Amino acid sequence: MVNRRSFLISAAFWFAGSTSLTRASVVRDHMPWSPFPSSAPNDARPGPWQFFTANEARVVEALADRIIPPDSDTPGGKDAGCAVFIDRQLKGPYGSAAGLYQFGPYLKGTKEQGPQSELSPAELYRKGLAALDRYCKVSLGQAFDQLSADQQDNTLKKLEAGEIKFDGVDAQGFFDALLKDVPEGFFSDPIHGGNRDMVGWRMIGFPGIRYDYRDWVGRHNERYPHPPVSIAGRADWTPHKS
Amino acid sequence: MPRKLPATDVVIIGLGWTGSIMAYELAEAGLAVTAIERGPWRNTATDHPPGYAADELRYRIRHELFLRPEQTTFTFRNKMNQTALPIRSWGAFMPPNGVGGGGVHWNAETWRFLPSDFVARTHLTERYGAGFLPGDMTIQDWGVTYDDLEPHYDRFEYLCGTSGQAGNIKGQILDGGNPFEGPRSRAYPNPPQEQPFGATLFAKAARGVGYKPFPQPSGNMSRAYQNPLGIRLGPCTYCGFCEWFGCGNYSKATPQTTILPALLRKPNFSARDNSEVTRINLDASGKRATGVTFVDTDGNEWEQPAELVILSAYTIFNVQLLLLSGIGKPYDPNANSGVVGRNFTHQTTSDVVSFFDPAKFVFNPFIASGAIGTCIDEFNGDNFDHGPHGFVGGGYIGQVQTNGRPIETAPVPPGTPRWGAQWKKAVKDNYQSALKPGTGVHGSMYSYRDVYLDLDTFYKDRFGRPLVRITMDFHDNEIKQNKFLTDRFAEIFQAMGARQVVKEYRKGPYDITKYQTTHLCGGAIMGTDPSTSALNRYLQNWDVPNLFVSGASAFPQNPGYNPTGTVAALAYWAAAAIRKRYLKNPGQLIDG
Repeated sequence: MVNRRSFLISAAFWFAGSTSLTRASVVRDHMPWSPFPSSAPNDARPGPWQFFTANEARVVEALADRIIPPDSDTPGGKDAGCAVFIDRQLKGPYGSAAGLYQFGPYLKGTKEQGPQSELSPAELYRKGLAALDRYCKVSLGQAFDQLSADQQDNTLKKLEAGEIKFDGVDAQGFFDALLKDVPEGFFSDPIHGGNRDMVGWRMIGFPGIRYDYRDWVGRHNERYPHPPVSIAGRADWTPHKS
Repeated sequence: MPRKLPATDVVIIGLGWTGSIMAYELAEAGLAVTAIERGPWRNTATDHPPGYAADELRYRIRHELFLRPEQTTFTFRNKMNQTALPIRSWGAFMPPNGVGGGGVHWNAETWRFLPSDFVARTHLTERYGAGFLPGDMTIQDWGVTYDDLEPHYDRFEYLCGTSGQAGNIKGQILDGGNPFEGPRSRAYPNPPQEQPFGATLFAKAARGVGYKPFPQPSGNMSRAYQNPLGIRLGPCTYCGFCEWFGCGNYSKATPQTTILPALLRKPNFSARDNSEVTRINLDASGKRATGVTFVDTDGNEWEQPAELVILSAYTIFNVQLLLLSGIGKPYDPNANSGVVGRNFTHQTTSDVVSFFDPAKFVFNPFIASGAIGTCIDEFNGDNFDHGPHGFVGGGYIGQVQTNGRPIETAPVPPGTPRWGAQWKKAVKDNYQSALKPGTGVHGSMYSYRDVYLDLDTFYKDRFGRPLVRITMDFHDNEIKQNKFLTDRFAEIFQAMGARQVVKEYRKGPYDITKYQTTHLCGGAIMGTDPSTSALNRYLQNWDVPNLFVSGASAFPQNPGYNPTGTVAALAYWAAAAIRKRYLKNPGQLIDG
């Protein structure tokens, strides 16, 4: 039977889970309307790190730059802001696994049954970065961000192959999280802190949130000529404030 | 104790496509109708403004429009002898949440099933002999036919303004359409959407192989449209953010853009949002529903008495409410008895990714819509002789350009490292010149004795109710089917001049982390025999005649098309039976 306490818990879940009019309501006579009920997006502003320590941030920037290295045409993960993106994500609902099913017990299942980790992404990063730091200092004598690019790549290759084990946290799981989160930072809208100046989109020719391609759908095998646009617009549309 | 609300004629559980259709039809008949929806209200202009709706991270990656697993989830296992574990974050399918349901964030691929799909067991047994079907395959006839449903398909397509090219009008086969489709009474209300480059190359190559390609029928508007309820939709702008997203452009057919504005104007209709039905209540006889109990966001429990209950939630939630309310005998796979939870199915999809010479091909993959592309139907249903192949079922295959969103769609050739300079270069080199269809091979999944739903014996939801347990695996029939279809699909890309064609076959075991479609089907199926179906041919529950259950939970097995057209047609069909027959003489419409 449903008890009072679980109702209160459920009410809290609803607030987290609803994006519109968050209270139960009765609708009749007309389509309900309120201005922007789904809440406008937050622009992940530059500024101090929100989740990472300064040491962690240096390592994540170095990791991002090996996963997506800079080249002559396009910046790498660090300058694209991928570490800032991950920082803001880990500070937010993603970091705390908000909205996911978090009742135990956490049993080990088959691969097909999906992740059953008790660690939130924020905990995974905190523990994973600490374990990576210990590994690098013990095995290679320096922190990850102090290693040469070759040493960094070799370390990542070993992590990917499962050849490095961490104490108390799944090393390969930590690597897989990086491999998901860094490209997401490179390709998601700049309002989330990565893809700075839309460098990821420029690299491939994705026009962002440009929205009306009716004049171009029939122009076959012609490269779309216009530069990308972000949810926040474009820098060159915004006059500099003096 | 729940507080009791004034009685109403009809209570509707879940205000998605079928809830909206049922509500409109029954309110039109003069009944007082109340709909109760678990999720929030969603409004086209303000929930999905084009200024920020195209946010791949927020909606595609972080699942903003979907149910949160913490609200409720399911447990999953492949085999009956395994321990099922909870789905902690969504993967293989995406349970909808909120007014409009899956109709808000679908791709709007709007199909009809084949006439033979509705009589699958009879048809296949007659053509190939009973021994051709695997012994543990439990496919059934539906109890309803294509001809029964044709007028209702037609109504839904005209409600939505479906854009497409008819292939068969009253038996006359038309060039450019799908020659395998059942006869339709008239053309689509709108011409097909414009086709991008990849789809036209695919069409040419498919014709060269001897197939009859046609544009995918789309619920995204090829031009401005006013539907029969007087509601207007605008032309699609090919922005490439359909599935997983809401369309703030009024270009995608959703309950909000086609039916809710007219429904809300009816004084005998009201809706409650953010309110979850936890139980369908029965009287002492257990043969009559007295209404529902629901919980609001403050944790208050309410009882809504009603004369007629329409259960129109998402597939698994329909089954869950039947099980938790003690309606119908739960399915037992060991005894092969009971009905609630049986014939649960999903889909058998796969893809072919093709890499073309970047110096010669520019596909602009971001110029897209949930349902623009070219399909062939030669290998769907029983459109081809299965005799030599040793499997049944099939699917449509097509180059459907749903998106070029770069987190999701940045294909690289096999052998490319997963990170580093080579990966970066491969992404850059191939983004514009690779084809990765949003819908590739869209195959059927037929039903089996050991694929089913029941209540988990351990894991609970936030109310302390048992989660629904999914037991599902692919069977050899579907694996063979997928291999055959994927090979045929790849041949067409080869003929298009691709440098490299990569076949991504669907393989077992069924993986709960890999997205296929949200087309979960079955579990509360319709049929002609109360011992093997939960519902009669009018979606009326065999045990509780004042309960009708709409949605894909009624499908005895899942044919090789997207389900929404049939889900909606069945809702119109059931609503017509309620209006014409049930209301005059409330009771069983069919003798059990």
